[in-house]
Amino acid sequence: MLHRYPKRVAVIMLVLLAIVAIFPLWGPALFGDQSDFILEKLTLMVILALFAMSLDLLVGIVGLVSLGHALFFGLGAYTLALASPDFDAASLWWMLPLVMLVSAVAALVVGLLVIRTKGIFFIMTTLAFGQMLYYLISTAPFAGGTDGVFIMFRPDVTVGETALVDMSDPHTFFYFCLGMLVAGFLFLRWLTRSYFGQVLDGIHDNEHRMQALGYATNGYKLVAFVIAGVLAAIAGMLAAMQYGFANPAQLGWHTSGEVLMMLILGGMGTIFGPILGAFAYEILLYIYEHLTMHWPILMGLTIIAAVLVLPRGIAGLIIAPPWRRKVTSAEGEDAPDDQASVRPATQSKEG
Amino acid sequence: MSQEPILATRGLTRRFGGLVAVNGVDFDVRPGEIHAILGPNGAGKSTLINLLSGEIPPSEGEVLFHGKPIQGKSVRQIARMGIGRSHQKTNIFPRLNCLQNCELAARIHLGGVFGSWRSRQRAREVGERALEVLETCHLVHRAYTPAADMSYGEQRQLQIAMVLATAPSLMLLDEPMAGMGREETVQVTELLESLTDRYTLVLIEHDMDSVFRLADRITVMVDGCVLESGPTEQIRSSEKVRDVYLGRHHEEATA
Amino acid sequence: MDLAFFGVQLLNGLQYGLLLFLIASGLTLIFGIMGIINLAHGAMYMIGAYLVWDLTLRLGNFWLAILIAIPIAVALGLVIERLFLDTLYKRDHLYQVLLTFGLILVINEAQRIIWGGDVHSVAIPAPFDASLQLTDNLQYSVYRLFVMGVCLALAGVIYWVIRHTRLGIIIRAGAVNRDMVEGLGINVRTLFTLIFSVGVALTAFAGMIAAPLTSITPGMGDSILITCFVVVVIGGIGSIKGAFWGAILIGMAETFGSVLIPSIASMVIYLIMAAVLLVKPRGLFA
Repeated sequence: MLHRYPKRVAVIMLVLLAIVAIFPLWGPALFGDQSDFILEKLTLMVILALFAMSLDLLVGIVGLVSLGHALFFGLGAYTLALASPDFDAASLWWMLPLVMLVSAVAALVVGLLVIRTKGIFFIMTTLAFGQMLYYLISTAPFAGGTDGVFIMFRPDVTVGETALVDMSDPHTFFYFCLGMLVAGFLFLRWLTRSYFGQVLDGIHDNEHRMQALGYATNGYKLVAFVIAGVLAAIAGMLAAMQYGFANPAQLGWHTSGEVLMMLILGGMGTIFGPILGAFAYEILLYIYEHLTMHWPILMGLTIIAAVLVLPRGIAGLIIAPPWRRKVTSAEGEDAPDDQASVRPATQSKEG
Repeated sequence: MSQEPILATRGLTRRFGGLVAVNGVDFDVRPGEIHAILGPNGAGKSTLINLLSGEIPPSEGEVLFHGKPIQGKSVRQIARMGIGRSHQKTNIFPRLNCLQNCELAARIHLGGVFGSWRSRQRAREVGERALEVLETCHLVHRAYTPAADMSYGEQRQLQIAMVLATAPSLMLLDEPMAGMGREETVQVTELLESLTDRYTLVLIEHDMDSVFRLADRITVMVDGCVLESGPTEQIRSSEKVRDVYLGRHHEEATA
Repeated sequence: MDLAFFGVQLLNGLQYGLLLFLIASGLTLIFGIMGIINLAHGAMYMIGAYLVWDLTLRLGNFWLAILIAIPIAVALGLVIERLFLDTLYKRDHLYQVLLTFGLILVINEAQRIIWGGDVHSVAIPAPFDASLQLTDNLQYSVYRLFVMGVCLALAGVIYWVIRHTRLGIIIRAGAVNRDMVEGLGINVRTLFTLIFSVGVALTAFAGMIAAPLTSITPGMGDSILITCFVVVVIGGIGSIKGAFWGAILIGMAETFGSVLIPSIASMVIYLIMAAVLLVKPRGLFA
């Protein structure tokens, strides 16, 4: 069944989560001085995983190929940068809702325009609107041009006068991001298994049929577009906190392309795949950059190879390993409890 | 059967460029009947059904559903007014299982996604309705099979089940038996027969045996025009129809 | 702004628009007939410009350089089509986007390896390295007029091919319904190769003749690609006529935008696109 995976997926993901989560325990032993740097990289990977996951809702679940998703990532970063006071820390209590509100409004406006377009039109228009914001930001006098805007202080989380957590501490911030990723994952998992998710699956398979049944498909697509935009903006905000600046490159179309690459590497339409994809992409990038200054060639060839030989990505390998693939299973999912029992509304409880 | 027609067309015409696919068609569908549309290939049957379901707008004339014109309404709105249709091509959601396919259809009829999200009661109704139509269509044993893994005949049956799940007051079925074997055809014919007391059906079908067995009334189309429309017996014995349509059909079959 | 200045801007806009048309027509043909979205299209524009810069430097003659660069660009197009795109025709747009994005990375980096990251320029070639005295205080580059003439001539040829040849019938049919082409008993394989090569040749040629007018930079392909996307979206995908009028519109908008309202000049074309999408989500000529 859709969005239900073999047990080993959960096992693998939990083990990986545990390994990443206890990095402060084994990192210094393994990497020594480099440990802090690696922790920074890990934090970035976690943030990008959230970003990639948000795009998966559009591309993998609904089947809308957006080439402008960085728009929302960058928007989150710039909202943080521009709304933060110059010489003081903002409060996350209002910064997070602000980022979500700004991105939701932006996604609604862009979505209203692009959602009516289909297929290749959607790709081109999302790309174009992404570039529109890119040019707006990089020429706007208030946004620091191509240099971007620096963020002197990470937002703090306080109750009264006491700080709950210290975001400027790399370890704390790392766990904060990891928490956001897990929360985002659980939210998307719940969403894809809900009735709403079922409608999105239906739209992906056959939008015309959904309309003939009576569904206002554009409305559903728009809601998904806004949710994806808000999640991407949260990731963008975290990225800006991590880097300490917001930069036009964060919303350029190469960023949109990169996050699509994470999807294909990880395996789209699975929600957990893009997390793996983000890690895989960043690790590959790290290796390639060390191999040659002309690393884009290696990355380009990697993506071409992935499209040609591994279109289902790492997730595809885990769900249906080549050595135990069934003969005619269309999706390659050997769902464990397929014929278990006849219950109406199977999706209502578990999960 | 002298009630108000549930569906009526008045001077319905559709042109594609210079070609007139449907030409001034008037015909009525009465509540509770099975109304078959017969005609050789290219007679305009599929165009007609697309006009009835609002998937293409007419060039002239109008379609009245319960006496109200459907002009200017979207496919979705027309579907929600109560016109359910199945397509000639198999048109299901391959990755969802059989039950989920029907749930999707039932849910929109029972108040949409957000309705069933809020109410447990509504969720149960959706599930029950979906199971019910699977039972009607003899597909309960396939409830948890992904639609893509079912046989062609089962997929066609599922398509009918999905239309049923939306509880339409009028069903438009575009060649429900297309591409089926003898046995499956008989099965679907029986299925449609069992629906007659509860639903109104407009049926496009090539299979003559099924049509004559099922239909209360038949409209015969040739070259976009209505050749003759009337009770099944009248069409069966009509000279005109035999000459023009059955004759040609026969030639085609033997050519 | 006086009338003469206005006239010059009008000519500039027209020239830029015509150049955009050459690139956008290739893009829209490749999509309309082959159903392929080719992000690497802009990279081929850049390759065209660099090829001509390199060959002009070696040979000392711009025209000879173009003559040699065209077959090289076509050959590159052929290799790409045969090696990579062949597997993509039946697959989702997503994979086309990813694969051609991968190609951009490879081509852009190959350009850096071969030609480096510097900005270059090509001198305006004889016999067009003159200016035309339009009025007392106004001159206009003859080469720009020449470029306009060439683009218009090519647009005429494309128009003629599409209107009056068998290939044109196939192209028009294919843009409406791609499956029909296969039904017409045409060797689709050969047709696709032909269309793709022509598309690549058009965009690379646009890069070549634009070389004396613009600075040749590593990122020049990316920005022109996105502008051409806007052109195609406005005109309607698969429509050559749409590509033409969309290109003229965008050429004018960008030229006049940067003169009249420089503060939001870079946004103008996107605002136009948004307006078109609001009214006609499938483009003006679809």
